[in-house]
Amino acid sequence: MTALIETRDVAKRFREAPSLGERIARLVGAGSDERTVHAVDGISLSVAKGEVLGLVGESGCGKSTLGRMIAGILPPSEGTALIDGVPAMGGGTRPVKTTTRVQMVFQDPFASLDPRMRIGDIIAEGPVANGLIKPGEAAADAARWLATVGLDPSAAQRYPHQFSGGQRQRIAIARALAMRPDALICDEPVASLDVSIQAQIVNLFLKLRRELGLTMIFISHDLSLVRHVSDRVAIMYLGRIVEIGDSRGIFASPRHPYTRALLDSAPALRLGDEDATGFKPIRGELPSPMDPPPGCHFHARCQHADAKCCIEAPVLTGGVACHHPLKEAPQ
Amino acid sequence: MSALLEIRDLATHFASATGTVKAVDGVSFDVNAGEIVGLVGESGSGKTITGFSILGLIDAPGRIVAGSIKLEGRELVGLSQGELRKLRGKRIAMVFQDPSTALNPVLSIGEQMRMALAAHESVSRAAADERARDLLARVGIPEPAKRLDAYPHQLSGGMRQRVAIAIALLNRPSLIVCDEPTTALDVSIQAQILAEMRDLARDFGTALIWISHDLATVSALASRLIVMYAGRIVEDGPIGAILRSPRHPYTRGLLDSLPSMAAPGQELRQIPGSMPSLANLPPGCAFAPRCTHADAACNAAPPERRDGERGWRCHHPLIAVPA
Ligand SMILES: Nc1ncnc2c1ncn2[C@@H]1O[C@H](COP(=O)(O)OP(=O)(O)OP(=O)(O)O)[C@@H](O)[C@H]1O
Ligand SMILES: Nc1ncnc2c1ncn2[C@@H]1O[C@H](COP(=O)(O)OP(=O)(O)OP(=O)(O)O)[C@@H](O)[C@H]1O
Ligand code: SF4
Ligand SMILES: [Mg+2]
Ligand SMILES: [Mg+2]
Repeated sequence: MTALIETRDVAKRFREAPSLGERIARLVGAGSDERTVHAVDGISLSVAKGEVLGLVGESGCGKSTLGRMIAGILPPSEGTALIDGVPAMGGGTRPVKTTTRVQMVFQDPFASLDPRMRIGDIIAEGPVANGLIKPGEAAADAARWLATVGLDPSAAQRYPHQFSGGQRQRIAIARALAMRPDALICDEPVASLDVSIQAQIVNLFLKLRRELGLTMIFISHDLSLVRHVSDRVAIMYLGRIVEIGDSRGIFASPRHPYTRALLDSAPALRLGDEDATGFKPIRGELPSPMDPPPGCHFHARCQHADAKCCIEAPVLTGGVACHHPLKEAPQ
Repeated sequence: MSALLEIRDLATHFASATGTVKAVDGVSFDVNAGEIVGLVGESGSGKTITGFSILGLIDAPGRIVAGSIKLEGRELVGLSQGELRKLRGKRIAMVFQDPSTALNPVLSIGEQMRMALAAHESVSRAAADERARDLLARVGIPEPAKRLDAYPHQLSGGMRQRVAIAIALLNRPSLIVCDEPTTALDVSIQAQILAEMRDLARDFGTALIWISHDLATVSALASRLIVMYAGRIVEDGPIGAILRSPRHPYTRGLLDSLPSMAAPGQELRQIPGSMPSLANLPPGCAFAPRCTHADAACNAAPPERRDGERGWRCHHPLIAVPA
């Protein structure tokens, strides 16, 4: 299989801007200084054509930042993201997006659609501007993508506020598809939707993948959802990948202690009258990305950590970055 | 024995340009002392407004138009704002979805906790600080003595939510309404807080109404479940019995749409359509437009609750799965 998406030691650092609360607190003399966030810390991965890679990890571990670098809308501080061997972003001091072959679908369908534009224009704007279709073809093109995502073509004449959350997410997906992408980066695409609507959108992604052969990176904090849609899964912790591999294998028998802990912490639907203790929280909190601990980033929360873990960062080998990987469970 | 909280035929409506929004419409349920009750339903089904109604937090254009809410036998509907304020934080408290809105950014954690205590009783500063420290430790905050001087922005989202929970617990209320308190938080922190709330409720004998849209989370915590749809309760009862054998088609639909109920890569079962506008409800069962079992009877009149420990409002309840 050939890789459609590849990242080579891609990294992103941010100068942390103070939050509103922090700015207020500085006025009363309780603030702190500006610092650097290591959002993504040297990630190399590849996604084959037609494959769905799930990306999971705690809030702030760098999932969206990685996704945005791959989509070519955020320049990496180091390394490159390649689409079919071509950098997602050109070099130079003001990097420009060089590919339209990767499109993003965001969590919030309310914020991602311009409220003053008709749906038809929202969908056809990109392909016309990029010369993928002629202006005269815009209406027919919008109708085609609306039908693909399960909306009536008459929706083209209406405005975003006339649609429900689930319908707006369909529109956002139609807009992404109209760019004829090879890959979609879906960043928590159903997190803001209701359970019953989530199922509709998840089914739409499954259908698109089947019918259009799309490659996808599916970012979500919902483990059961990631398990459902992904061929492979990557687990991130504080800017690094700690485990990556076949979805079935990882969910059945994780090798990294963090993956194990993450799986154990999610409450499962309890159908019986058994005691309500079917989940085990991970101890401690995610360390600050401004001041990541030395060695393995997970060592302070890990039951298996020893002296080596506190000093030496484990390298991702054989799909797991851990000095003491868990044994694979016997089948 | 009468229940800690008794809600009967509660109706909370909002006046709006497009008509009367029936956010809560004929809701009745009980909560016993120390009990954890899960309240689920899709966005806009009236969960938060039910919670706000209990705490007397409904403002214009909203109004409780009918029904009764009794806490420890005392009627809350019709109490003055002053009387409600005396109850809030003392006998009933609420924890909100977004912990940053519940805390004041310019006051230290200690000051906020002292104020919350002083609102209901006169305690010395030393005694107040001791109680605050104890509670912060109890909700899993490391080095609580140091945290008293911290400002909200110096804490993570999970820590802020723990502080909000500690403040809710300060006066040992008999009931806390928890409105999706962990949804804004990360999975790992969510699990920690779930476990802590469960233990705290047990140790303090505090009853919880746990509002959520996540059935798995609720099932890890609650012993009883209430399912709301379009401002009404459609099914309620012991949570295990409902999840094993839902009788209302909507509850069944919610369960079936979970990814964990399907094999990886398989189509998920989905409920077609979306919830009707609360300003323009159909005359019959509000779920009828989306229900595969609906017939003329369903479209004619809303079903009544079938009485008993388990209840449902459906003209054609699903057949019980044998235990
Ligand atoms: N534009 C920015 N400026 C400063 N810091 C940023 C910026 N974008 C992201 N960060 C920081 O980088 C880190 C990674 O953020 P990112 O949004 O990629 O995380 P995430 O895994 O997507 O989290 P979530 O699950 O909450 O969406 C966080 O610490 C975040 O605060
Ligand atoms: N101030 C208001 N004016 C008009 N309608 C309102 C107002 N507040 C709430 N509503 C309506 O009341 C209904 C119930 O809202 P509520 O917030 O209780 O829903 P919910 O079940 O908590 O949903 P969610 O899961 O999204 O929090 C909604 O349709 C909402 O639009
Ligand atoms: S009353 Fe009728 S429409 Fe409503 S849920 Fe039951 S079967 Fe469906
Ligand atoms: Mg993100
Ligand atoms: Mg709500």
